[in-house]
Amino acid sequence: MVIMEMSEMLTWLVPAPPLISFFVIILFTSRHRSMSHLVALFAMGLSLLFSWIIVFNALSTDHFGEHPIASDVGWFPAGDTVLRMGVAVDPLTIVMLTFVPLACFLIILYSVGYSNFGKSRDQRDVSGSPPHHGVEPMYSRFFAFLSLFAGAMLVLTVADNLLLLFFGWEIMGLCSYLLIGFWYGRTYDDKFQITPSGAAVKAFMTTRLADVIMLIGIAYLYFEAGTLNFREIFFNEEIMKHLLESPSLIGGMAAAHLIGLLIFAGTVGKSAQFPLHVWLPDAMEGPTPVSAMIHAAAMVSAGVYMVIRMFPLLNSGGHGSPALTVMAFVGAFTALFAATIAVAQNDVKRVLAYSTISQLGYMIAALGIGAYVAAAFHLMTHAFFKALLFMGSGSIIHGVEHGMHHTNEKLDPQDMLNMGGLAKRMPTTYWTFVIGGFSLAGFPFVTAGFWSKDEILADAFAHGHWWVFVVLLISAFLTAFYTMRQISLTFLGDARTESAAKAHESNWTMTLPLVVLSFFAVFAGYVGVHMDFPVLGSMFGSNPFEHFVIGSLPHHISGFEFQWTPVIFSVVAGISGLLLGWLVYGRRPLAIGQQDPLVKVLGPLYGVFANKYYFDELYNVALVRPVKWISEVVAFKWIDRVLIDGTLHSFANLTMKIGSVAVWFEKWGIDYAPDKFGDGVRFSGQSFRVIQSGRVQDYLNITLSAVVVIGAILFVILR
Amino acid sequence: MIPLAWYLTFAAALFCLGLYAVLARQNAVAILMGIELMLNAVIVNLIAFWRYNEPENVSGQAFAIIVFAVAAAEAAVGLALIISIYRRRETVMAEEIDMMKW
Amino acid sequence: MTASQIFFILFASATLVAAYLVVTVRNLIHAALWLVASLLGIASIFVMLDASFMATVEVVLYIGAIAILIVFAVMLTRRVMEDVGPQRINTWWFGAILATLFFVSASALIWLTKWPTLPEGDVGNTVLILGKSLVDPSKYVVPFEIASVLLIVALIGSIAVALPSKQPE
Repeated sequence: MVIMEMSEMLTWLVPAPPLISFFVIILFTSRHRSMSHLVALFAMGLSLLFSWIIVFNALSTDHFGEHPIASDVGWFPAGDTVLRMGVAVDPLTIVMLTFVPLACFLIILYSVGYSNFGKSRDQRDVSGSPPHHGVEPMYSRFFAFLSLFAGAMLVLTVADNLLLLFFGWEIMGLCSYLLIGFWYGRTYDDKFQITPSGAAVKAFMTTRLADVIMLIGIAYLYFEAGTLNFREIFFNEEIMKHLLESPSLIGGMAAAHLIGLLIFAGTVGKSAQFPLHVWLPDAMEGPTPVSAMIHAAAMVSAGVYMVIRMFPLLNSGGHGSPALTVMAFVGAFTALFAATIAVAQNDVKRVLAYSTISQLGYMIAALGIGAYVAAAFHLMTHAFFKALLFMGSGSIIHGVEHGMHHTNEKLDPQDMLNMGGLAKRMPTTYWTFVIGGFSLAGFPFVTAGFWSKDEILADAFAHGHWWVFVVLLISAFLTAFYTMRQISLTFLGDARTESAAKAHESNWTMTLPLVVLSFFAVFAGYVGVHMDFPVLGSMFGSNPFEHFVIGSLPHHISGFEFQWTPVIFSVVAGISGLLLGWLVYGRRPLAIGQQDPLVKVLGPLYGVFANKYYFDELYNVALVRPVKWISEVVAFKWIDRVLIDGTLHSFANLTMKIGSVAVWFEKWGIDYAPDKFGDGVRFSGQSFRVIQSGRVQDYLNITLSAVVVIGAILFVILR
Repeated sequence: MIPLAWYLTFAAALFCLGLYAVLARQNAVAILMGIELMLNAVIVNLIAFWRYNEPENVSGQAFAIIVFAVAAAEAAVGLALIISIYRRRETVMAEEIDMMKW
Repeated sequence: MTASQIFFILFASATLVAAYLVVTVRNLIHAALWLVASLLGIASIFVMLDASFMATVEVVLYIGAIAILIVFAVMLTRRVMEDVGPQRINTWWFGAILATLFFVSASALIWLTKWPTLPEGDVGNTVLILGKSLVDPSKYVVPFEIASVLLIVALIGSIAVALPSKQPE
């Protein structure tokens, strides 16, 4: 019991250190670089320690799922109900607490080297642009943002209710905006290439759209259930029954499923699922540790974590609920769709970005077919190997940039066609990247990625979700192929540029995280091997991961029988993808200036993949331009000129007439002449032309008009 | 015996007078006064609802206390902002403060 | 019509007239003084609602602190005694229409709804209950503490904002 009480207290303390360190860095140590990163590292280390103590306590408790840690305080009593805020740790949270703090800690450590700590300040560097060769100009600020991000992620992880989760979710949204746009001053010669500040706005707006829908879902849930606490909802038969039986606003769908879909919309934005995936590849404009943070440890896993958390609601009413069907479809489609795009990307980070989207699609699809455990398992292993790959790519870019510094070449340090032969120059990065890549590709029996991916495929196979199985199998093949393509283009053969030939290994703060993560990228998989698997399955007696995580659910979901067919399929897909990649790219490495062999094979399809199915263009034509058109033509020309100006002008003329009739009135010594007043009105007609006037009162007028109109509509409807 | 609706109507009138000041006054200080009137209208509503619904449960008054604190903070920060803007731009006219446009 | 109703109408109309003058008079010092009068009226409404503590806070905090702060702000910012020209913006009519619409719709809602009547009996010593519940961990201690932090932040923030900047721009 003492252990439980300690765990309870520690749970409150888990998110605290990074949040405090954010304020400490901002307020006190912003001028001392080494102090800043020491504070951030110390705080994150403390969080890591706390969470691992909790993890070990939980693992040593029998039937932890039945007695989770939970503790809350009254936030605000309002009438009869009390809004409570608290923390809770159940097996699913334990899974998150094993990898999130570790990944965050390693990312902060990695950032020390990535921001060129120890070098002197380059005189050419200005704040808001990437450093040339010296230390990052906004060094302290970077660590402050990273700390805040990590703190928000931990708040989200330990939250016991949807509202607190949403707080963490939104703080992360803010941080991702700040971090993606960290090099806000950067511009490119090619004006069609997205700049960091543009990417930041894009990410923020896209996720905001999703968050609004999610917020509606949260409000709906509170309205129906009367509470937002996960456990109170999922473990209360009465509430679940009520949610399942009350009809929703959309005909024929239970409230539970509509709420689930609305909340799932938040995940679509946050975890970059189709059709809101567009922000994630552009988020690569941020510094590389940010990419690792966003794509592996935090933001995108947060989206998947939330739907895994909401699974009892989504799954209510048995298999094949409409919400789950939508998820399975969206996830599987995204997995395949993003994998095809990744095949034709040349930017080392963008390949990984699309690969992330694809893998997240895997998890969503897994959840959609009811493979709760497999989704959580893949979430964990993916976080390890994807963080590893992102940091590895950052190390590669860093090495090439170092080479560029020596040769004074001007080229894109992220383009894989400018690399080659880095294996000899950067051995640690090479080997760890290979481990991460093979784990992503699902290299059989050794890597963590294989086990989790196999779990998903086996579940789909066992429960007869044929099309999900086939789609995921194809994307597994593509994943293996583009991973091998990436490794070959980057590391094998001879250097294709001078800079790549002069690249050198990064320092220890960058390589140490890689080594640590590659350990997990291999061994994290063995905790979840199916219990009937020969030799390995009986190592732990049963499937410890499944046994543990399933405790988060109110009703145990059925497992599945072990079968050889899906295993063979997934082995074949992984191996053949890697082999094909090696045959095309590895056996005869690309020479300087040689065209990508895929261009010939795929023909016009290559262009479609390389241009990401023209999605950015489609959105530009379908959404951005119409909005601009509406604001320019409708709002400006029609409403402003015709409606408002017309009213104002007639009003002005009328006033003028009154003014001229009432000349005698002036003699009475009124302060201002009515005709001047008329002029004023006319002037206002002109100044009102642009709705974006910058004046608060104009904005307020527009807002309030909308409030009055919407209020009137609601009044009419609701009566 | 005063019906609750009287208090609510009174508060609504007070709120709309404040709203008018916020929307139509030129001087930023005058706008701030309008905001104070609106906040007061809210407090009147809170107290009235407390008195008529559940006088033994003080949540209405507790909410009102919080609103008071927010109002004090808002007045302090708002006036500091006005003085700061006045120093830089030599004006407190809301129409002339349109930096958001640029 | 009972005596309390007559008193209410008296106080309420006085308050509203004062508030109307706050939003319309041209001289801002006068407006601030009318604001004081209007706040006094609101305090009297609180007394009628048996919220004596609220009335006290209203007088002490609003009239004693905020209104005086506003008077200072007026004197610090305007070009002294230069109240020429209209004190309302050119689109004031739109604001007036909106505010009127708002009032009409709000009072329509108010009069269409059935409200509870005044409960019987005395409210008792609410100050004591209020004071206790503000420091009761199971009630309002968290919002109360957050409010105090907010006040400190506002205090420091307003000083920082109002300080003359060192390098003139």
